[in-house]
Amino acid sequence: MSGSEDAMLRRALAEIRPWTVVNLGIGLPTRVGDLLPADAPVWLQSENGILGMGPFPLDGEEDAQLINAGKQTVTLREGASTFDSALSFAMIRGGHVDLAILGALQVASNGDLANWSVPGGRVMGIGGAMDLAAGAKRVVVLTRHVAKDGSSKLLGGVTYPLTAAGAVHRVITDLGVFDPIGAAFRCVELASGVTLDAAREQTGAPIHP
Amino acid sequence: MSRGKRVDDVASALEGLEDGAVVGVSGFGLSSNPEALIAGVLDAGARDLTLVSNNAGAMGLGLATWLQAGIVARVICTYVGSNHDLQRALSTGSVSVELVPQGTFVERLRAAGAGIPAFYTPTGVGTVVAEGKEVRTIAGRACLLEHALPLDFALVRVHRADPFGNVRFWRTQANFAPAMAMAARVAVAEAEQIVPLGGIDADDVHLPGAFVQRVLHVPTHADVIEHRIVRPR
Repeated sequence: MSGSEDAMLRRALAEIRPWTVVNLGIGLPTRVGDLLPADAPVWLQSENGILGMGPFPLDGEEDAQLINAGKQTVTLREGASTFDSALSFAMIRGGHVDLAILGALQVASNGDLANWSVPGGRVMGIGGAMDLAAGAKRVVVLTRHVAKDGSSKLLGGVTYPLTAAGAVHRVITDLGVFDPIGAAFRCVELASGVTLDAAREQTGAPIHP
Repeated sequence: MSRGKRVDDVASALEGLEDGAVVGVSGFGLSSNPEALIAGVLDAGARDLTLVSNNAGAMGLGLATWLQAGIVARVICTYVGSNHDLQRALSTGSVSVELVPQGTFVERLRAAGAGIPAFYTPTGVGTVVAEGKEVRTIAGRACLLEHALPLDFALVRVHRADPFGNVRFWRTQANFAPAMAMAARVAVAEAEQIVPLGGIDADDVHLPGAFVQRVLHVPTHADVIEHRIVRPR
């Protein structure tokens, strides 16, 4: 794990409050859960029908019919519940998930999120992304600031297919923490060793201090 | 034990499945698949099916075998991902694919079973999912009109069933099974265990027998794990 990735995961962990319901998206967001202490009173939701996911199972204790939305074998914590997809999405769409930490391809300063499809790329599908972005009480995006091709993921407007409009409350990147406020991002904090000018250079929208 | 809705074999469980049928199959990827019923549809010879499934198979297994056999004309799903058979069908245009947000997907099924012909949801507003759909602002929020998704057949995996079709699920096995069973004209439960009436306490029934038409006992399954992640002992 690179230093900045570790710092990103720890910063995302700080967004999680006790006795809340949290959905962690596939990829980097899932790994925030690895940092949660085993006895932390946090109920991780998985959209295939779990509230209260525990750690990965011990070798030999895996159950093919106990998986997360990424189809990985998981366990249940004490106080967990399992249920069907209709109830799971009632939880998500109905605003009963306190926080969703999601990955992103692009995020705009007006809170628009694109995280399900790259134009011209392979069709991956929507899954629970649109419901989570539209329905969670608070949506935090956890992503690298700049894509592998060098383009900024934080923009004045998304150009990739939209997941949900105006959905994102906060963006945590390797450069810092930025809140979408309309025509610009507001810089909440900068990562260690990063200047505001450096963050601005790598962002496709204005950043207010 | 009273026979009730129990059927003896896969062929009887699928009786009446015709060409062009709309078939919902529960499961999340390869997890919790009604494996005997999936294999049975290939043997039954029905074609031009509309397959309603979250993933339509994976790793060339499960429902991917229907795509390989060319018996599917249309797929309604939420996620394609690394399903190579579905990717191939998409790129060659041999199968038409409708991608639906997962919450809308399951609610359309639930609505079909609950007597609700259509509903409004905020999910998908302003996205490709909204194309061609009515948008209406309700209580200050823009919403899409989505229609119920009725099924001819639902093939669902369950943990335990009684002869009336009362059902109990195991862990994350339920997923789309209750909504699909509700939405279907004929819901077939592929049960790992059969118990007599009263074998599931009334308070522990996850899906009441009113939503299940046939029960097939299948005690063993391959249960392939897509991503086996474990901690060392």
